[in-house]
Amino acid sequence: MSVSPSTGKSWLRTYIVAYIVFLYLPIAVIPIFSFNNSIQAAFPLSGFTTAWYQSLLDNENLHRALETSLIVGFSAAFLATAIGVTVGYMEVAAGDRISRTISALARLPILIPGVIVGIALLILVNLAGLGPSRIAIVLGHTLVALPTAVVIMRSRFLALPKSFSEVAMDLGANEWTTFRRIILPLAAPAIASSFMLSFLTSFDEFIVAFFLSGTEPTLPLFVWGQLRFPKALPSVMALGSVILLVSIVIATAAELIRRRGAPDDDLAVTAKGSLPIS
Amino acid sequence: MSVSAESEFTRRAASARHQTLFQVGMTAPGALATLILVLFALGIVLFLSFRTNDGSLLGGGFSFANFAGALSDPLYATVILRSLAIAGLVTLATVVTAYPVAYYLAFHAGKHRGLLLFVVTLPFWTSYLLRVFAWKVVLAYNGVLNSALLTTGITSEPILAFLNTPAAVVVTLAHAYAAFAILPIYVALENVPRSLIEAAEDLGARPFSIFRRIILPISMPGVLGAALVVFVPTVGDYVTPALVGGPNSTMIGSMIQAQFGKANDWPFGAALSVIVMLVILGVVLGARVADKHFGSRT
Repeated sequence: MSVSPSTGKSWLRTYIVAYIVFLYLPIAVIPIFSFNNSIQAAFPLSGFTTAWYQSLLDNENLHRALETSLIVGFSAAFLATAIGVTVGYMEVAAGDRISRTISALARLPILIPGVIVGIALLILVNLAGLGPSRIAIVLGHTLVALPTAVVIMRSRFLALPKSFSEVAMDLGANEWTTFRRIILPLAAPAIASSFMLSFLTSFDEFIVAFFLSGTEPTLPLFVWGQLRFPKALPSVMALGSVILLVSIVIATAAELIRRRGAPDDDLAVTAKGSLPIS
Repeated sequence: MSVSAESEFTRRAASARHQTLFQVGMTAPGALATLILVLFALGIVLFLSFRTNDGSLLGGGFSFANFAGALSDPLYATVILRSLAIAGLVTLATVVTAYPVAYYLAFHAGKHRGLLLFVVTLPFWTSYLLRVFAWKVVLAYNGVLNSALLTTGITSEPILAFLNTPAAVVVTLAHAYAAFAILPIYVALENVPRSLIEAAEDLGARPFSIFRRIILPISMPGVLGAALVVFVPTVGDYVTPALVGGPNSTMIGSMIQAQFGKANDWPFGAALSVIVMLVILGVVLGARVADKHFGSRT
C-alpha cells in the first residue's frame, strides 16, 4: 500500500483512535454504571454492587420478554435466511429479470424508514385478521433482516465458481441435487452468518416491533417500558449490559464463521451493489 | 434407435419439468415475501393515505384531505423541514467524519484492516435503543457528562443545555449511524485504481491534489451511497427525539407514530408516511443524478 499518499498518516492514526473512542465511550457508560450502587448515573462512582444484576433474575415480565425475543428472533432469522438464500441464488444462477427484480425488492427495505415499515405491517396484519402479535413481529423482523440476508448470500454465491455446478450437472445431477449437495454446503458459513446477523437484527430491533407487539413485548420493548421509571434505571443498565454482551458475542461469532467460508478480509455487507438504487 | 430416441425425449421432458419446478420452488419464497410484505404493504399505505378517517381499518371514502391538511398546516411543514434539517446535518456529520476512517482502512490499515473494519462496524450490531439510551444517560442534567465536568472542576454547576435540544438529537443520531457511512465509502475507495495514484505521483502531483483530483471524485458514489443509508433511517426516526430531543425536536417520525397511537388517525398517518417516502424518493433520484455526474458506477 505504499502507492498511496502518506502525508499526515500519524494525524490520521490519531483521528482513528479518537473516532473509535467516540464510538465506544457512550456505550461503555451502560456497563460501567450497571455496577454502581446508586440510582443516579453520575460521577463520582459511589460503590461496587451486583445487586442490579440479581434483580434481573426474579423478574417474571423480563423472562417472558426474553422468551418472546428468542422465539421471534429465531423465527425471523430462519425466514429471512431461507428467503435470502433462494433470492440470492436465483439472482446469481438464473439472473433473469424476475429474479433480479425480486432481489432489488428484497433489498428495498433499506430505503424505508423503520416507522413506515412498522405502520405498513401494522395495517397489513390488521387486514389479515392477525392484529399485533408475535407473528406480526416475526413478519416485521423478517422484512428488516431481509436486505442483509440477501446481500450476504448473494455475495457468497457470486464468489462460487460457476464450474462447480456445471460439473455436477454434466455428471447428471439435476438442479435440485446440485443446489442441495454442491451449492448449500459451500455456502454453509454464509448461511450461518446470515442467520446469526438476522437473529441479532431482530433481537435488538425496537422501531418496527413497537407497532407490532400485542400483549407480549420483546426485550427492547420491555426496556422501553422501564425507561419511564427513574428507579428502574440501574436494572435497565444491568439488563442493557447483558444485551450488549450477547450482541457482541453473536456478531463476533458470525464474523469469524463467515471469514472461514470466505478467506478475504472484507465484510459481506461491503459488497458492491448492496443498495438497490443502481 | 427410435426407442432410445423416445426415452431420450421423455428423459429431457422430465428434466425440463424438473427444472421448471425447481425454478418455481426457488422463486416462490422471495416472490411471496416481496409481493406481500413490500409491495402490498406499501400499496395499502398509499391507498389508506387517500381515505377519510371513519374509525374503520381502511377508512371511508376517497379524499385528498389528508395531503391538503398536512401540506397546509404550518405545524407539519415546520416538522418536516426540521426533520430534513436534522437528517441533513446528521448525514453531513457522519459522512465527513467517516471519510477519513474509510480512507485509512482502504490505504493505510495494512494487515489490521479486517480487524479494524470489524471494530468500527461492531457497534452497529448492538441495540439501537440502548445506544440512544446511553446518550440520554450521558447528557442528562444530573448525568455522566455534567457530573464528570463538575468532578473534574471544569464547570462549577451543571450545564443545562445538553439534553432536550435538537443538537442532542444530531449528536445521538450521528453516533448511532456512524458505521453505516463507513462501509460504502470504504468499498468505493477500495475500487480506486492504484495505478492512477502511482501515475499521478510519477508526474509530480502533490498528495493533496491527488486526493482532490483522483481519489475524491472516484469515491463519490460511495459517499452518495453512505449519505443515503444514513439519511433514510434518520429522517423517519422517532425514538431519538423522544428520548433526548425534548419538545423542540419533534420529527416527522414522531408525528406518524402519534397518528397510529394517541391521535388514532391512520389515514392521516399514512399520508404523512407517503410524503416522507416521496421526499426519500426525491433524495434517491438526486443521488442517482449526482452519481451519473461522477460517472464511475457501471
